[in-house]
Amino acid sequence: MSDLALREAPAAAPPASLASAPPARRRARLPPLVILALAWLALMLLTALAADLVSPYPHTALDLQNRLTPPIGLGGAWAHPLGTDELGRDVLSRLVASIRMSLLIAFGATVISAALGISLGFLAAHFRGLAEQAVMALVDFQAAMPFLILALAVLAFFGNALPLLICLLGLHGWERYARIARGLAVSADAQGYAAAARGLGASPWRVYGRHVLPNIASTLIVSMTLAFPEIILLESGLSFLGLGVQPPMTSLGNMVGYGREYLTRAPWILLAPSAVIVLTTLSVSLLGDWLRDRLDPTLR
Amino acid sequence: MLRFLLIRLARALLTLALVVTFAFVVLRLSGDPALLIMSADAPPEAIAAFRAAWGLNDPLWQQYLRYFNAIFRGDLGQSMRDGRPAIELVAERVPATLALTIPALLIKIGLGIPAGVYAALHRNSFADRAVMLLAVAGFTVPSFVLGLLLVLVFAVTLGWLPSGGQESWRHAVLPVITLGIGGAAVLARFTRSAMLEVLGQPYMRTALAKGVPWSVAVRRHALPNAAIPTVTIVGFMMGSLLAGAVVVESVFSWPGVGRLLVVAVANRDLAVVQCILLLVAATMVMANLLVDLLYGVLDPRLRLSATGGAA
Repeated sequence: MSDLALREAPAAAPPASLASAPPARRRARLPPLVILALAWLALMLLTALAADLVSPYPHTALDLQNRLTPPIGLGGAWAHPLGTDELGRDVLSRLVASIRMSLLIAFGATVISAALGISLGFLAAHFRGLAEQAVMALVDFQAAMPFLILALAVLAFFGNALPLLICLLGLHGWERYARIARGLAVSADAQGYAAAARGLGASPWRVYGRHVLPNIASTLIVSMTLAFPEIILLESGLSFLGLGVQPPMTSLGNMVGYGREYLTRAPWILLAPSAVIVLTTLSVSLLGDWLRDRLDPTLR
Repeated sequence: MLRFLLIRLARALLTLALVVTFAFVVLRLSGDPALLIMSADAPPEAIAAFRAAWGLNDPLWQQYLRYFNAIFRGDLGQSMRDGRPAIELVAERVPATLALTIPALLIKIGLGIPAGVYAALHRNSFADRAVMLLAVAGFTVPSFVLGLLLVLVFAVTLGWLPSGGQESWRHAVLPVITLGIGGAAVLARFTRSAMLEVLGQPYMRTALAKGVPWSVAVRRHALPNAAIPTVTIVGFMMGSLLAGAVVVESVFSWPGVGRLLVVAVANRDLAVVQCILLLVAATMVMANLLVDLLYGVLDPRLRLSATGGAA
């Protein structure tokens, strides 16, 4: 019980206080799971950046002689380490292209939603009154609707293009940043440093951009890490339904969706991208949880 | 309490109005519905007749008002494909979806909440770590991957259960499990952190210090307090009873609302998409109101302070 009380203490006291010293030291070493997660994410990033160097074939190249060949270990040859699909396209090459696409979308969407949410949150905190009410009503609306349904509706009406898809996914989760940014900016105003900067004649841009934002950045970074896997899952869900990334482009969800037809005969087509989705989201989530425990006692 | 509820009710109506507006704006921004439905090489007279029939030639604000008006009268338009009222098409799919989502909700609650409470009470034990790892895994495995893996194991390899369709209760087993496990993971994680928060509160220390046994303190003080945030998540899950199975229904070819939505999106059957959007929004808003009511029951502070504020 006393241990619990100590663990809660850092929320109020500065991290260097005596009470929180033992848990802080224990957490200072990287847990092995986090190391694994970081290693996997580094591998994914490198794959995405060096996609053209890594992939053995172009991801659309057909090899009609070798259709549905199994991966190595299940009787396949080194020509196609992860096997081929129904058109003889190399699964490894498609996987590499898909990783790049899925990461690109997830990064783009995370940045958009963070920028949008933080701006709206600061606007609400700065102007209060009607602007704040309007932003909060939008936040309520967004939080009340399952995002997948909204996204499907937009795609139904607008059709599908990659920039639209990224912007659409960029609308996911902005309300959380807006809430956090508004709340923290309001409390920053009460803390005095923002008022001091303002008193020295700083413009609102400067106050929010140079003083408030750096002070609340750790909380926002943690929420970005927690939102990133959700966006990967959303994108792969949409693509799985055939309503996200469209061929000839490919994404992880897309591969699973098409591979599903060959579930009984060639399960490797969908198992490879499935494993990548799961490992990547798992890694980012583990990293996010760890960051949250370290950086941000308010977001338990 | 009454004032609190009235405010919540007003917000709920506002949210619904926003959804209707969203549907209308998106619908009109997306281009000419006449050209979407009729093929591009349709005779111009046919397109003109279509536009007149659907009122597409009137000013935008008139269309907007008419749209609002129609929705208030419960008229959600006809499916532009086969001319049947959209609400009818959707309504006949609702039972199938509920047959999946209600059992799944029970699994989520029955599995997730006890697991979360247990993990919190045995913090840092092996069981806690196991539950948390499973919970993170359950949250990060997308439902279509989980569903397909279950199909691969139980339908393809073992042959115990059918892989798709809706002929008997056996067809529902895999989709229900797929839906239930993911939600249980989310709920377990949430319940655990709510419990941990409560266990660290001063009133717990006070209760223990005055000699209340641990089990009684947990039952009387910790659980009711931790129930408040947990109810929020359960309420959200109830709100998505209609909409939460889009992907899973597609994996298992289950003819529910989600399947209908995906097909309607692919065919650009706008009236059906709208109808589902509004129905889902209405369900979510109702569930949120219900949660607010439950707050009042669970949390006397809220009840008392709201009455005090009104008096």
